[in-house]
Amino acid sequence: MTDELPKTHGATGAADGDAVAAGQPLLRIEAVAKTFGTFRAVDGVSLDIKAGEFFALLGPSGCGKTTLLRMLAGFEAPDEGRILLGDKDIAQALPHERPINMMFQNYALFPHLSVRDNIAFGLKRAGMARADIATRVAEMVALVKLEGLEKRKPDQLSGGQRQRVALARALARRPQLLLLDEPLAALDKKLRESTQGELMELQRRLGMTFIIVTHDQEEAMTMASRIGVMKSGKLAQVASPRQLYEAPRSRWIAEFVGDVNLFDGESKLRDGHRLIIGTRDAGALVVAEPREPVGAGRLAVAIRPEKVKLSRHGPVSEAGRETAINRLDGVIADICYLGGTTTYKVKLDTGGTVQASVANNARIDVDAYSLNQHVVAWFTPDDCVVLQS
Amino acid sequence: MRKASRLSRFNIASLALGLAFLYLPILILVIYSFNASRLVTVWGGWSLRWYHEFFNDRAMIEAAWMSLRVAVSSATIATLLGTLAAVALSRGERFRGRTLFSGMLYAPLVMPEVITGLSLLLLFVALNAERGFWTVTIAHTTLTMCFVAVVVQSRLGSLDRSLEEAAMDLGCNPVRAFVAVTLPLIAPAIVAGWMLAFTLSLDDLVIASFTTGPGSATLPIRIYSEVRLGVKPEINAICTLVIALIALVIVIASLASKLSSSQGESAAPL
Repeated sequence: MTDELPKTHGATGAADGDAVAAGQPLLRIEAVAKTFGTFRAVDGVSLDIKAGEFFALLGPSGCGKTTLLRMLAGFEAPDEGRILLGDKDIAQALPHERPINMMFQNYALFPHLSVRDNIAFGLKRAGMARADIATRVAEMVALVKLEGLEKRKPDQLSGGQRQRVALARALARRPQLLLLDEPLAALDKKLRESTQGELMELQRRLGMTFIIVTHDQEEAMTMASRIGVMKSGKLAQVASPRQLYEAPRSRWIAEFVGDVNLFDGESKLRDGHRLIIGTRDAGALVVAEPREPVGAGRLAVAIRPEKVKLSRHGPVSEAGRETAINRLDGVIADICYLGGTTTYKVKLDTGGTVQASVANNARIDVDAYSLNQHVVAWFTPDDCVVLQS
Repeated sequence: MRKASRLSRFNIASLALGLAFLYLPILILVIYSFNASRLVTVWGGWSLRWYHEFFNDRAMIEAAWMSLRVAVSSATIATLLGTLAAVALSRGERFRGRTLFSGMLYAPLVMPEVITGLSLLLLFVALNAERGFWTVTIAHTTLTMCFVAVVVQSRLGSLDRSLEEAAMDLGCNPVRAFVAVTLPLIAPAIVAGWMLAFTLSLDDLVIASFTTGPGSATLPIRIYSEVRLGVKPEINAICTLVIALIALVIVIASLASKLSSSQGESAAPL
C-alpha cells in the first residue's frame, strides 16, 4: 500500500479511487444521529467502510464512539439517518436480524455455559446441524488457540483466555462485519501488544471487516488501516494513521494524536510557496504553504517533537535551504529519558518552550545534552503543519 | 498453645448465651414433643404418643393439608408475579409511573399485617367472594410477592446487561435471550424466592385469620385456637414437624444457592 501524504486534508481522499470504483462500500453510514434526552451523543456522522477494512473509531470517552458502534450492532436505534449494509437499510433492524456480531468490552461470556457452548451459542440459534456446529466450534477453538479448554467455564479462564473465547464466539457465525468494543482494554500491556498483532493477523487471514472502538490512540494507529477520530458526536477526521499523525486537520486532533509543539500566531508574509507566520512564543516561522488556503486571522503552527532537531551551533548548512530553515535558540530546561528516545524541553530565548524527541541510537552518547546547556532547535518548513485555531 | 481461631472465654460465653436465647425454647419444644406425659410441663419419659395422636386428629391433619396447599399455590403464584415485576422494574424501559409501581410493589413489606388482612377481608366481602382456600391463597400471594420481587431484583441488578445483549447479538430475539441466558442465571434467586414465600405463607396467622372462612382453617389458626383452650403436648409434636419441614426447605435453598454460586455472585440471601 502506498501511503503517500496527500496535500489535501480531505476525509476520504481521491487517492483510493480504484477501491471505490471496484464496488460500493460494505457499510455506509449516512447522517446518523442519536440523542439521549438533551445530549446529542452522535451528531450527523457519515462514513463508508469498505469490505476487508480494519477501521478504528478513536476518541476520548463520551465522544459518541461507543454509541455509534451500538447503533451498528442494533442495541440503539438512530434518531436520524440511515445505516446501509450492502443495499439494505438496517438502521431499525433488531440485533438478531443483522449479519453483524460484536465482541463486548467486558466479553459478556455466558457464565453458566462452557467455552464450547459459548462458542456454539450463536450457531445453535442459526439452526445449524449438530455435526456442523461441532466442526465449526473445533475450527474456532483452533483459530484462537484454546485447545483443551473447551469444557471450562468462563470463571476458570484467565483474562487473555476469556478474550479469546469472546473473539471466537463473535467470529463463529462468520459475520459480514465484526464490531470490537475496546477489546483489549482489560488486558495488561504486554498481553495487549501481542494480542494486537494476533488480531491484525487474524483479520488479514480471514479477510473480514473489523470496526474497533478504542480510546487508545497507539492501539488505533497500530492496528487500523483507517482511523475515524470522533469528538463530541462528530467525526473530526477520517484518515490513515500516517495522514492523521502527519496531516491532522485541526489543532485538537494534532494534540489528541501523539505529542505536538503548537505555536499560535498570525500569517504575515508569502514568499513563493512559503508562508511566514509570526508567532508569539517562537518569533517568525517559515512554513510550507498548505494546499487548502488558510484564511486570515489566528493560526497555529504544529510541529511533532521528533521532527525538531537539536544541535550546539545550529544546523549544518545545506545549500539553498538555509534561508528557509527555522532556527530557535534556547537552553535545555528538562530532560526525560524514555529508553529508545530522550525528550528535551528547550526554553526558548523568545519565551516559549519546544519539545524535541531525539533517538538514542548509540549506547554511549558522549554528545548528550545536559541541563541548562545552550542549544539550537531547528526544523524545516515541510515538517510544519499550519492549522486554523 | 493457642489455636488459629482465637476465641476468648468471653466470646465463647456470649456465643453460647446468644444461641441458647435463640434455640433453647425450640429445643425444649422438640424434647417435650416426645414426652409421654399428658401434662406439658411434667416429664414422663420418651414416647411417640403425641405424633400418633396428631396423625389421628382429622381436624389438625386437614388444617395442615390446607396450609401446605395454600403455601405451595400462593408461593408459586407469588414467584411468577414477583419475578415478572422484578424483570419489569430492572429490565423494562423507563415507563410512566415506574417509581410509583415499585413503591406500591414493596408496600406490603412494611405494611402492618393487620391492615393488609383487614383490607383484603373488606375487599372479599365487597366482592361477595366465598372465603376459604382461594381467598387465603390470594391474600398470601399479595403478602409474599414483594419478597420474591426483592430477592429476584437484587439478583437481576447484579447481572451484567451485556449478557442479554450478547445473546441478542448472537441471534436471539429479546424473549429467547431472556429464556436462554437471564433465566438460568437468576434461577437460584427464583428458587430462593419461592421458598421464602412458602415459609412465610406456612407461618402466617394474622392475614390468614382475616381472610379464611369457616371450615377452612390453616394450621397456625388451628394451633392458635387449640392453645387458647390449653396447650396439649400434641401441639409440640405438630410444631416439631413444622420446624423439620422448614429446616429441610432452608437446607435445600442453601444447597441450591451454593450450587449456583459457582456461576457468579452468590445467590440472593434467604
